[in-house]
Amino acid sequence: MIIAQQKPLKEIFEMAKNFKRLLIVGCDGCTSIIQVGGEKQAQVLKSLLEMERRLKGKKKLTIEASSILRQCDRDIASTSLRSSVKDYPAVISLACGVGVQTLAEQFPDKIIIPAVDTKFIGMHDTEAGKFYEMCRACGDCILFETGGICPITRCAKSLLNGPCGGQAKGKCEVGEGKNDCAWILIYNRLKERNKLDLFTKFRLPRDYRVSEHPRELGGEPEEKEEKA
Amino acid sequence: MGEAYSELMRQIKSGKFVFTGELEPVKTTNLHEVIEGAKILKGHVVAANITDNPTAFGYMNALVPSYMIQKEAGVEAVYQMTTRDRNRLALISDVLAAGALGIKNILALTGDHTTVGDTPQAKPVFDLDSATFVYMLRKMMDEGVDLNNNEIENPPKFNIGIAAAPNADPLEPEILKIERKVKIGVDFIQTQCVYSIEQAKNFLDAASHLKTPILLGLAPFKSLGMMKWMVQYVPGVEVPEEIQNRIRKAKERGGKEAIFEENVEIFSQMIREIRKTTNVAGIHMMAIGFERIVPKIIERSRLKS
Repeated sequence: MIIAQQKPLKEIFEMAKNFKRLLIVGCDGCTSIIQVGGEKQAQVLKSLLEMERRLKGKKKLTIEASSILRQCDRDIASTSLRSSVKDYPAVISLACGVGVQTLAEQFPDKIIIPAVDTKFIGMHDTEAGKFYEMCRACGDCILFETGGICPITRCAKSLLNGPCGGQAKGKCEVGEGKNDCAWILIYNRLKERNKLDLFTKFRLPRDYRVSEHPRELGGEPEEKEEKA
Repeated sequence: MGEAYSELMRQIKSGKFVFTGELEPVKTTNLHEVIEGAKILKGHVVAANITDNPTAFGYMNALVPSYMIQKEAGVEAVYQMTTRDRNRLALISDVLAAGALGIKNILALTGDHTTVGDTPQAKPVFDLDSATFVYMLRKMMDEGVDLNNNEIENPPKFNIGIAAAPNADPLEPEILKIERKVKIGVDFIQTQCVYSIEQAKNFLDAASHLKTPILLGLAPFKSLGMMKWMVQYVPGVEVPEEIQNRIRKAKERGGKEAIFEENVEIFSQMIREIRKTTNVAGIHMMAIGFERIVPKIIERSRLKS
């Protein structure tokens, strides 16, 4: 899922400072699951904003907090917010960058304030309370060949033919020796499976056109090029 | 082993035990030091590597000094090229320019990550890696085309080297990775520095089936501090206790000059041992800013022990 992190409050307060009426909108999708941008976080942010205004002795703030099913869905966003957004000049979004942009597109006369920073596509390790980046959406998945471990994401150099000389005892030269070398993970996994031929296989330079942004998909059916 | 285009490759092919050196153009617009360094090496090494933004420090580009040591000092260059700072377009440009300037050897490297260097905010490129770079070089040379089969007028000719880490742990993936590149087509291998003959032999055994000439990397200790740094911070490098003691004692005995003398002794012995007990093609001497020791070590290694 999309991993995000709440922005420093100071930053949110600064963006919101000129508005007397604010609507906070959480998202029940990714940011809610990771407890960064759901209904509960919207309510907490509401209280914090009210407190900040009171402490600064500013005029009363009219603020409402809610959450919708998915901010990244154009129809859901517009139908669920159409009536509530009317009375507010600005909306604070707790969704990822896609949600923020969907609201900005659907409500062009409103100022949309992002309250979270979108970080990456990742996995949640609940026990450690950590999130790990797992996919860079490169558009050309090779996980079948690499034992289910993505070198594009998990190798700091996104090498197709690793490991590089920067690994030591399975750790990467990037990240002060704390990160695993993806290519050693791949090697170990393929060795377990008796598939080292996949490790030694030479992979040609990537065609970066598949990850050239902005990307789009769907609409008129296109002829998919056969991969060599 | 492919055709020899460089003197380095000709000598390797002739079976001569070869030495290469290494020079580092630093953050300067002055070429004087690199050329002077090359002059010290001249006659003792067959070629000298010119490093390309080593450990991701932003230095003078390696192509100009590579050309200049050939022109001004008469020392053949091994032009190091990393894929860290240039995409494939920029690499093609520099490879063509190297061909035009009479460079005969290219060492194809991935390069240390930008974040370990002196400009860690930089965007790392890594459009190619060392393997795909070797592949591109081969296409340019052997087929006279670029990666998209666009024709190259007057294709370049180089001998291509790659790096290897004898101290890699685990070692097997390192060997498999070298094998991958050897299959694409490389002429020689230069290794990172080793201090333990045992470690060197382990690596050479594991790589013997590759049938590619290997130049074992040696890096004398410019100071006690450098040795301590090697031992403590360079992953995988094993410096035998005996060598560490000899350097420490030399420092106590007579400071810098004694360390110099002890280095000459240690590394000339090591070279003799390597020549006697392994089948390496030669030695790659990495003595950055310490070029004056290289002739001494090589000369003494030729004396009978």
